[in-house]
Amino acid sequence: MPPIPAGLVTAGPPVPSRPHLGVRVAYRLQRVLRPNAGWRWLSARIEAAGPARAAFTGAERVVKRDLFGCRMCGQCALPVTGYVCPMGCPKELRNGPCGGVGPDGSCEVYPALRCVWVDAYERAASQGRAADLRLLHRPADHRRWGQSSWLNYWQGRDEGLWTGDASAGPGAGS
Amino acid sequence: MSLRERLASGSFAVTAEISAPRGASTDPITRAATLLRGWVDAVNLTDNQGSKVRLASWAGSLAVLAAGLEPVMQMTCRDRNRIALQSDLLGASALGIRTILVMTGDHPKFGDHPGAKPVFDLDSIQLLWTLRTMRDQAVLLSGRRLDPAPECFLGAVENPFAPPVEFRADRLAKKVEAGAQFVQTQFVFDVPAFARWMARVRDLGLPGRCAVLAGVGAVRSLRALDHLRDNVPGVYVPDEVYRRLRALPADRTAAEGIRLAAEIVEQVREIPGVAGVHLLVAGNEEAVPGILDGAGLGVGHDGR
Repeated sequence: MPPIPAGLVTAGPPVPSRPHLGVRVAYRLQRVLRPNAGWRWLSARIEAAGPARAAFTGAERVVKRDLFGCRMCGQCALPVTGYVCPMGCPKELRNGPCGGVGPDGSCEVYPALRCVWVDAYERAASQGRAADLRLLHRPADHRRWGQSSWLNYWQGRDEGLWTGDASAGPGAGS
Repeated sequence: MSLRERLASGSFAVTAEISAPRGASTDPITRAATLLRGWVDAVNLTDNQGSKVRLASWAGSLAVLAAGLEPVMQMTCRDRNRIALQSDLLGASALGIRTILVMTGDHPKFGDHPGAKPVFDLDSIQLLWTLRTMRDQAVLLSGRRLDPAPECFLGAVENPFAPPVEFRADRLAKKVEAGAQFVQTQFVFDVPAFARWMARVRDLGLPGRCAVLAGVGAVRSLRALDHLRDNVPGVYVPDEVYRRLRALPADRTAAEGIRLAAEIVEQVREIPGVAGVHLLVAGNEEAVPGILDGAGLGVGHDGR
């Protein structure tokens, strides 16, 4: 694989962010962007060329930062979190809210901001997708910071990020 | 009788929290454990509670074991990554600490070292899942074999009152899927809200798989009341409780706090699916006999 900035990329500290993309539009896009032969072909072509990969990753960084406050963890959970980024949680919790959420839904660390999981629950539930939040997310792989999660997604490297079945154990080589 | 056996027997369990000292001596823990022996089934040793440095929970747990009581070693995700957390479980199990309580942990911002790096490499659900897999499948998160596998009885925490309230029982269900065998809740002051959460917990079929211990605390002073209400993340003190304690002269707050706690213990005991109470009395362990006597659960009850 070409040498693209990956691994220990410095990301800013996590701060809760509200998405600037309506949840209905997000789920519609999800159907379009789901991995298929076309996306797999395109992503393989992009990955094969260093500059294309860097440009694509840079574009993803800008688009997802503006829409979701994305910090480029490289292992996107958005499809099952109502398109609210859990990596904006100051504790980077990927399995749901902590116990410190204020009575008004505020983040315990940034009381002026809303807990990302309160938003995530409301958005997912509004589209009949509350059950998504029951899925179990495996521990993040911190080698992936800075990578394009779209390329990872289309290339099938994201398939084990979450599961409905805990019997298998949380990790493989992480 | 161990906490696990107590819960399996179906009789009402009582646990309490011990505050670890800020200093290099386990004597205060030994004193508190000696005071609580005979009253409770097990005691929790907090893990740098409130993000403030205290004596390590594993060391406190060893002192409790030596005092003849079962320790519940708390483990937060705030300070250690997946390597350290797994290593801690092995060490704890090897030394006889077999009851572990897993929680996310407060953010360092609230503690005495607000500039510390927040770790949160795993979340509480991932940590439960990891520990359960270490025990049941004798493997690390990496897949490497363990010989021998650790033994542990795994607990979790939940806050029935924090938004999104509709999701809180589901979050417990995730913890149970991940490996939680018992759960201790945040302070219950609002019993009707707790009962609503319990109804959903029962609907999800959780009490048969995971014993629910309701968190009950005794408010010691008006200062402690204000601190609980205004500064402790996730604690909700309803207005009527606040007014009831505020209405009395300051020298009667402690006694009224114990009376209130005893009433809450009696009320939650009537809620189907509640297996016990967890007394949140860290630093105020002397309140335990009063609470349990007031609730009709004193020494000798259920053979304790």
